[in-house]
Amino acid sequence: MTDQPTPAPKQPTPAPPTPPAPLPPSDGRARLLAALRRPGSRGQAAAAVLLAILGFAAVTQVKANGKDDQYVGARQGDLVQYINNLSLASQRTEAEIARLQQTRDALRSDTRSRRTALERARQQADTLGILAGTVPVVGSGVRVTVTDEKGGVGSNQLLEGLEELRDAGAEAIELNNRVRVVAQTSLKDVDGGVMVDGTVLRAPYVIEAIGSPHDLATALDFKGGFIDEVQRADVDGTVQVQESDKVEISTVVEPAAPQYAQPGATG
Amino acid sequence: MIAAVGLLIGVLLGLILQPEVPIWLEPYLPIAVVAALDAVFGALRAFLDGIFDDKVFVVSFVSNVLIAAIIVYLGDKLGVGGQLSTGVIVVLGIRIFSNVAAIRRHIFHA
Repeated sequence: MTDQPTPAPKQPTPAPPTPPAPLPPSDGRARLLAALRRPGSRGQAAAAVLLAILGFAAVTQVKANGKDDQYVGARQGDLVQYINNLSLASQRTEAEIARLQQTRDALRSDTRSRRTALERARQQADTLGILAGTVPVVGSGVRVTVTDEKGGVGSNQLLEGLEELRDAGAEAIELNNRVRVVAQTSLKDVDGGVMVDGTVLRAPYVIEAIGSPHDLATALDFKGGFIDEVQRADVDGTVQVQESDKVEISTVVEPAAPQYAQPGATG
Repeated sequence: MIAAVGLLIGVLLGLILQPEVPIWLEPYLPIAVVAALDAVFGALRAFLDGIFDDKVFVVSFVSNVLIAAIIVYLGDKLGVGGQLSTGVIVVLGIRIFSNVAAIRRHIFHA
């Protein structure tokens, strides 16, 4: 590169830039001020042209630098570097996406399994409620009406009837629309009727049972069975069995909390 | 006077025209501008020293720009464009600083 400050051999004597100057100032500052005050010479004109080019180029470059993004005019190596950085970033982001999706799936399946468990618990509660007699039930079944003119029908006959109904698959049984027959139900003869779970029932007894109507009806009516038993000579009652598609059992029992029995693994 | 006016005109032209930088010139323009700055400061220092010569100035200006561009071109071809550009900028920066120091001594006597 040529060097402007050291062209000493070329111009050994400090020549004033403005030859027509009457008194060439020896001081640099004075010379600069003098040059600024006068329009200038040929040397200044050349400098002006070059400075104009410089100013133009500098402004253009500043504008281009501010306007264009970093990729225009970038070198190949820089571009490769940018691409590498970007692909690394996208890899990281994809890993992040996969991780978040896993979390989401885990949460979703968690919710689903919880819902399934809840569903099953609810179904089980329904089943147990029907068996324990804590919920009202409706369904097909039979309505057995036992009339007892002479007072011969007692707990023995009713108990036999209930057992035969249960044997035939009755799922819920109600007596006289007042007492739900459950596992703890007890029957006891009292004066003029039967006491079931503390409630005194009097004839006619109505046994409503939910199950397969045909099976239930058949179970009551066989030789030596419930109907025979009630219509025996010394009991002398009458039995009327009515199969129905819609038997409603509305009474419920309060579930009694077991006091002695505890769930436990045996054997 | 005319020199200062010329600089002003160049800046104004650039601001008004807002030219697009041609794509082939993109890598060279920044270095060329810095090299030209170096030449300008050198010329100003020579002027203050009283040894300014317009012919030397023109030659130094043009050759500075050309050599800077050639170095960048060569660096790109050799695969060390970025490093070489940095080196050129550093060298030119040092020269500009020393020239400006001399100018300062002339103007402020300090």
